[in-house]
Amino acid sequence: MMHGGGGHGGRGNFDEDEILGKAYDARLMRRLLGYLRPYRGLVIVALLIILGISVTEAAPPVLAKFIVDNAIAPAVNGQIDIDEGFARLAPLGIAYIAVLLLGSGLRYAQTMLASYVGQRAMYDLRVQLFAHLQSLSLTFFDRNPVGRLMTRITNDIDALIDMVTQGVVAIFGDIVVIGTIAIVLLVLDFRLALVTFAALPLLIWLTMYFRRIMRDSFRSIRIRLARINAYLNENLSGMAIVQLFTRERASFQQFDDLNTDLLNANRGQIRAMSMFFPAVGFTRAATSAALFVAGGFWILKGEMTIGTLLAFWQLVDRFFQPIGDLAEKYNIMQAAMASSERVFRLLDTTATIVDAPHPRELAHVRGEITFDNVSFAYNEGDWVLRDVSFKISAAESVAIVGATGAGKTSIISLISRFYDVQKGRILLDGVDLRDLRQDDVRRHVGVVLQDPFIFAGTVASNIRLNNAAISDQQVRAAAAFVNADKFIEKLPQGYDTVVTERGSTLSVGQKQLLAFARAIAFNPEILLVLDEATSSVDTETEHLIQDALAKLMVGRTSIIIAHRLSTIQNVDRIIVLHKGRVVEMGTHRDLLAERGVYHRLYELQYRAHEPSASA
Amino acid sequence: MTSARATFFHYLAGHRLQLLVGVCLAAGSSLAAVVPPRFIGEIIDSLQKPSARFDDVLRLALLIVVFAAAEAALRAGARYVMLDASRKAEYRMRNDLFAHLQRMHLAYFQHQRIGDLMARMTNDLTWVRQMMGPGIMQGSFTVMVFTFAVLSMISVSLKLTVIALILMPLASLTFWYIGRTVHQRFERLQSQFGDMSTKAQENFSGIRVVKAFSQEDAETKDFAAVNYEYFRRAVALSAMQGLIWPSISFILGIAVLSVLYVGGQDAIRGELSIGSLVQFVAYLYLLQMPMINIGWISNMFQAGWASLGRLQEIFNAVPKITDPIDPVTAPIQGEVEFRGVSFAYGQTIELHDVSFKVPAGGSLAIVGPTGSGKSTMVNLIPRLFDAQQGEVLIDGISVKRRPLEQLRRAVGYVPQETFLFSVPLRENVGFGLDEKLTDPQLEWAGDVSQLNKDVEDFPARYDTMIGERGVTLSGGQKQRAAIARAVAKDPRILILDDALSAVDTYTEAEILRRLRGVMRERTSIVVAHRISTVKDADEILVLDGGRIVERGSHRDLLEHGGLYAQMYRRQLLEEELEVDEEREEHSKRVKAEADEGPQLGMRPRLGGIGGEP
Repeated sequence: MMHGGGGHGGRGNFDEDEILGKAYDARLMRRLLGYLRPYRGLVIVALLIILGISVTEAAPPVLAKFIVDNAIAPAVNGQIDIDEGFARLAPLGIAYIAVLLLGSGLRYAQTMLASYVGQRAMYDLRVQLFAHLQSLSLTFFDRNPVGRLMTRITNDIDALIDMVTQGVVAIFGDIVVIGTIAIVLLVLDFRLALVTFAALPLLIWLTMYFRRIMRDSFRSIRIRLARINAYLNENLSGMAIVQLFTRERASFQQFDDLNTDLLNANRGQIRAMSMFFPAVGFTRAATSAALFVAGGFWILKGEMTIGTLLAFWQLVDRFFQPIGDLAEKYNIMQAAMASSERVFRLLDTTATIVDAPHPRELAHVRGEITFDNVSFAYNEGDWVLRDVSFKISAAESVAIVGATGAGKTSIISLISRFYDVQKGRILLDGVDLRDLRQDDVRRHVGVVLQDPFIFAGTVASNIRLNNAAISDQQVRAAAAFVNADKFIEKLPQGYDTVVTERGSTLSVGQKQLLAFARAIAFNPEILLVLDEATSSVDTETEHLIQDALAKLMVGRTSIIIAHRLSTIQNVDRIIVLHKGRVVEMGTHRDLLAERGVYHRLYELQYRAHEPSASA
Repeated sequence: MTSARATFFHYLAGHRLQLLVGVCLAAGSSLAAVVPPRFIGEIIDSLQKPSARFDDVLRLALLIVVFAAAEAALRAGARYVMLDASRKAEYRMRNDLFAHLQRMHLAYFQHQRIGDLMARMTNDLTWVRQMMGPGIMQGSFTVMVFTFAVLSMISVSLKLTVIALILMPLASLTFWYIGRTVHQRFERLQSQFGDMSTKAQENFSGIRVVKAFSQEDAETKDFAAVNYEYFRRAVALSAMQGLIWPSISFILGIAVLSVLYVGGQDAIRGELSIGSLVQFVAYLYLLQMPMINIGWISNMFQAGWASLGRLQEIFNAVPKITDPIDPVTAPIQGEVEFRGVSFAYGQTIELHDVSFKVPAGGSLAIVGPTGSGKSTMVNLIPRLFDAQQGEVLIDGISVKRRPLEQLRRAVGYVPQETFLFSVPLRENVGFGLDEKLTDPQLEWAGDVSQLNKDVEDFPARYDTMIGERGVTLSGGQKQRAAIARAVAKDPRILILDDALSAVDTYTEAEILRRLRGVMRERTSIVVAHRISTVKDADEILVLDGGRIVERGSHRDLLEHGGLYAQMYRRQLLEEELEVDEEREEHSKRVKAEADEGPQLGMRPRLGGIGGEP
């Protein structure tokens, strides 16, 4: 279930509690690593490569030792002659180059593998999350602002990719490198290795100590930053109020307080940050000094070569580097843990509208719809429909009218099974909607919504909606049937014209015609049209829409929420809803004669809009 | 109008001493860093001499520690001083940006989206700070370490220096090429990220249509395709990015090898001591960091500079509504007059030659269809906007000649869309007061606005937090809180812009009755849709298409039989529909408001005055 998904929108990105998280959570980590399972072959290869890298990482200083001990030093000391020295130098140089090439190659291969596997696994997770969201019911989308869902599927998953590629793999790589170099140190010279290791407790303590400081200051900075951003967002949004109530000074003072607070938190972190890297650097330098002292002592006693000492001197750097880096990776892990928690919470949200385990098959649909004592509320107890019953026969056309908030839209949503009713039942050809597959129901129910949504794509793809079974010819036929063909053919690329929801290529009226074409292309047995008053549509388009609507209703069950007089005059029957109840039912003429709610609604809503029809 | 460069130096100049100290410390630290390799070389050489003494080794090792300590201490100091300066500069910049935005006129915020301003004040500011802090710091370290290391290398062997640095142009070329390609591929990845976001956003927004047409699987397939392209480009980016580190270590390795090889030959020939050779290699290692950092620093400056440009755009925006040069500060009595006022928002004319006059203490009501210019009209009084033509006068003096603060203090404004702040309710009510709101004041404002009875049910009464972290108010409660806020100011002129729309008619009547008492001495201007709200006003203006089409008292207008009379008839019909269930509805709504309100929380909009400027 969604915690904190209360749908209060607005400042989602700046929530304090959303930013903080643990750096490591075994349960989340296991689940996350599960996404790597399909690529375990590649993961194993990557791990083997890491082993190879650690060897090439340790090799150059060792080779340098041989260069010094076997070639240069003996020649300088006169133990071998100059030419022999030169001769020994050559193969070692070639080996050195070979190791360098191999090391670079392996490192590159490892980066590529890690990135490939990480990206690929997160691609899977992203698609899974998207598909999961598709299965959730509208209640979920009503409660969760689009912006929040977007953050989950884009930024949060990107943070997880970073964790896989730079976090998990890199930390493992670091550990292997540390281990390998430790072994090499021990093999080269046991005593010097112990001298090197003596510095380890100090280094580990330093890292832990600063990591803790960093974690605490990271937290306090994030909290302060979230506060300042929330304050900023609110004050920019409410700037008119701030100005009208002459609060500029007070509001600036508060902002300055928050800003100062943030500055102080930042300075705390800077103090720690400035110390850490130099402290690690000093530890390293002090360790090499100790190595020179100890090494010098044993060299003077003739128990050690200069080359060995030099190898240690170089290896110490490579040994300490990854240990210091571990602190840095902490941030990545922390950000990712918080992200993964949010992503998984979303994945664990269960759909409230699901198909029955053994759904009834719908082979042929006649189109009869029955509301049987239906009561419905979006929010517990706040009834939108109360005890609504009616029956619409196959191929009958019905208009639902009522004042705003009467529950008209809910009827449309319920027939499409966007929501489930709390009481009573809705039957399609005598079968409860909940016993049918959602897909089956929706295949036979065409919907034209009030806000005809346009997907990014072409005009044709907006009519066909990814349904390859609908041919170009059918697309054109559908467009022609609803009078949309004329304006489409006038578009620069006709049916292939690119359209987007935000791009203002199409007018409201044109979008509506396109939505009609979309509904008709699927040739549904039942048609639901939500056609409440929208903003200005020019008279010409208005005529086209009216004409199309009339044609659409022929031969199929149609339920229309109409704002046009012509539409309600043409339907077989009118159902009048008032405050969630059916109060009247009948033909336009009969209902007018009744002089009840419909009569008043008609006076109020319809007559004014149709001057020609005024009696 | 200043340039980004001027801004950059302005904020740096504020901390020039600190930065200068930082650079000096960095120089000292870099200088200290090039000393230990010399001692290392001496140790190695001394160990080879037959006359070698352990004391010498010990002495030299101690010197290494001393210099390393000095280097670390100086480096820590430099880092602290310079990063601290950048944080302070960031702090000042953030304050200055905020203060500047506070002076901007409302139209600016409608033109410039809040999300965009937020992005600039968060992301862009961060980039600028990164440039001014770590950017400058690493830049100075890089330059100085590089200089000192190369000079030291030359002091050991010019020949080896040339050999070691001969690869530098090649390295630069390689990094330049990789950097450029990385940049291109990164851009391509970002644009795909945008496409992916758009696809998701479109799907989530259009989920009804998706579900209605059973398009879930097809949509998932579509998304997977976009996502796959993202994956492909991400891997392509890694293919380039992954080259950076291996090629750096390879080139550095080659440099070390060449030095060892050539230097080794020199050593064998006795032209160079092994110690000097080691010393030289140590300098090469010192060069490693600057080499890696160059690309990073140049990125930081590029991004920082681009971000600074975006911040500069905010700084360069000029407030259009400002204090007059020679203000009139006579106390405001409250007479409001419009003299031939016209106002256009963009291309559309919102008000057309509007004239009227309300005497101090009078009441005016404005009605008219949506979009007829009602809100625009009242927005001109506290100068949220300025009229393009004609004059808005208070007590016979143009509002433009008043100090903004005095003008706005005299006006109590209740906007169409309520905007409350996430602070306790008490603070929201006392928002317009300099001093803390007293309990009697609060009690009184709460009574006039009929808020007191709701507050009884809140967990901490008036100290209850409002908004996401506290209680979510219903639409009616929010409107009443906004009325309390305006009334608490004790204004000379009270403006209600359709501010009772979410209040039920019973409560509305109560509020209006109390307001009439309060407003006896003051001017009130009420914009409304409901006739019940406006019928008792001294004068009613009927607006249509930005023009005053009718004016007069309720009775006059009904007799006139025009637009107002038509509205009145429609509302009677509506009431007939409502009235049967009004009582039931009322008691239900009161209950619902006491429980938690509907989902719509405090969605920040432009102070609630967005729609109709």
